[in-house]
Amino acid sequence: MLTTDRVAGGAIVLVGAIALWQSLQLPLGSLRQPGPAYMPALLAVLLMLFGIAVAALGGATGTFSAVAWTEWRHALAIFGACAFAAVALERLGYRLTMGLVLAFLLGVVERKHPLLTVALAVGVAGGSFFLFNTVLRVPLPRGPLGL
Amino acid sequence: MGETLQNLYLGFSVALSPGVLWYGFIGCVVGTLVGVLPGVGPLAGISLLLPATFGLDATRAIVMLAGIYYGAMYGGSTTSILMRIPGEAASVMTCIDGYAMARKGRAGPALAIAAVGSYVAGTVSVVALMVLAPPLASFALRFGPPEYFSLLLLGLLVLAYMNSGSMLRGLAMAALGLLLGTIGIDQMSGYFRFAYGVPELGDGIGVVAVAVGLFGLSEILVTAGQKTPPEVIRPRLRDLLPSRQEWREANGPIWRGTAIGFLIGIIPGSAHVISTFVSYAIERRLSKRPEEFGRGAVAGVAGPESANNAATSGSFVPMLALGVPSAPIAALLLAAMMIHGVTPGPLLIQNSPALFWGFIASMYVGNVILLILNLPLVGLFVNLLRVPYPVLYPTILVCSLLGVYAVNGSVVDVWIMLATGVLGYVLRKLDFETAPIVLGLVLAPMMELALRQSLAMSDGRYAIFVTRPISATLLAAGAVLLALALRPLVSRTLDWRARLPAEVE
Repeated sequence: MLTTDRVAGGAIVLVGAIALWQSLQLPLGSLRQPGPAYMPALLAVLLMLFGIAVAALGGATGTFSAVAWTEWRHALAIFGACAFAAVALERLGYRLTMGLVLAFLLGVVERKHPLLTVALAVGVAGGSFFLFNTVLRVPLPRGPLGL
Repeated sequence: MGETLQNLYLGFSVALSPGVLWYGFIGCVVGTLVGVLPGVGPLAGISLLLPATFGLDATRAIVMLAGIYYGAMYGGSTTSILMRIPGEAASVMTCIDGYAMARKGRAGPALAIAAVGSYVAGTVSVVALMVLAPPLASFALRFGPPEYFSLLLLGLLVLAYMNSGSMLRGLAMAALGLLLGTIGIDQMSGYFRFAYGVPELGDGIGVVAVAVGLFGLSEILVTAGQKTPPEVIRPRLRDLLPSRQEWREANGPIWRGTAIGFLIGIIPGSAHVISTFVSYAIERRLSKRPEEFGRGAVAGVAGPESANNAATSGSFVPMLALGVPSAPIAALLLAAMMIHGVTPGPLLIQNSPALFWGFIASMYVGNVILLILNLPLVGLFVNLLRVPYPVLYPTILVCSLLGVYAVNGSVVDVWIMLATGVLGYVLRKLDFETAPIVLGLVLAPMMELALRQSLAMSDGRYAIFVTRPISATLLAAGAVLLALALRPLVSRTLDWRARLPAEVE
């Protein structure tokens, strides 16, 4: 039966195997003089062992198909907004990027009233910029439009 | 004794200076807000406010960040009692009897008992911290690389053992965190490891980005789609005072919770939430009317609330005296200290007495501030909960993005936050704890250095870890934990961690 622990254990083993393969591209060194690959390789092997144990002892956990992913559309939209912020932050500037992120989340994802959406988008983006950039002197990107 | 009082005088002269007092106050207010708001939590709160401390001196910065930490412990009880929503994980136990008291019209006394219990626990445990930290720091001067390695290993084993799932899952998550912690320039050889041409990864993966992703973003991803707004009970100010009978019932649990919380908090790797579980189980066992637990028992609020606040101070003992974080939040505070040029550890008390004693004294002051904040202003904080979550979470998200970006001014950190946010979302769905990942990430450089130095010292012999008495003792304690975790597999009986939730229901 495909339980949550078996799926997770399999994924952990896979991550461990990739990490081990990547570690061995670096010098391993010796026991007396461990090299840069020594610790990552050791940890990758441990990770694989733990993954195997999790999968082997995970027969009694719930089935993977029973896990509810009901909020996935919402989660995907939020993730998309964050990814946009990562791409646009230094290109468009902090205020414009965050304003757009807020407008999308409030207006499109949560379907709030347009007036509330605009007020919050402008207020939070502008207010947080003022607080951090101006008052607390944390440098934030401005972008080509000075926003 | 005279020296301690002299040091405390120095500490209070620092803590009561207007600048430090002001930042301590801000930390307490922000911490209370962070504790009240579901889905933010002290870890995300400290992460977000860390960049705002860059312009401050080390003492003000640490006092403010610590204020957020223990403020969140106070604030977390408010939502637990009034809405049955724990503002942070350590308030889960308060939900049971706190909310039951609120339903019976005793919300005010429940809040007052939680605040007074937190105050007593916070103050008493700071005294214990003050007494214990200096001798522990002197003792730690005997530690060499093998002892540090064994201590850090023990910390990870305790965290894995104490987490709510199986120890194996906890160890797997800790190993993943340690592996992530090896990304970046190797301290001993200068090799770039797993950087794949991204220069920003040379310094390694930032703990703030990972913490905000795993705790903040993943919480938003999981909860944002929920439609049903929870009911909020509003207590009136004049109804806050508990009756004489309620005070009597709270007295013993407050003191016992303080002792339990401090002792559990001091163990590297232990979690606050465990101290609240243990306190609740003990109070129920000691009670003459155990059937009242779950239906509004005063002891069910007083014990766990005191325990979680005492655990906060307890967790500062290994952080300040040994330079070893006992929990992800302590790890973040440790990182903050390093950013401000302060090296925590055995020499901190000697090298920076004003910071150390100022920090201790600020905790006394902070507890008084929080007692004042949490009783009369409770209605104000409750109003925050009336902001609908669909409006609240985009604002929290923007603050998360801002906080993560501002640490290094790097978009790479934002991408790391996104990746760990998705990882945290999936792990939550599969019932995996994410705290060991953060602790592993922070401990990895220290652990790797200690391991490689130990092997170099011993000519490549692992026996060095068992031939030195302190190291051997620490490893033996770890072996006992492993044996305890494996026992249920052999005897087919539930161990105490698995029985606790069943007992408290």
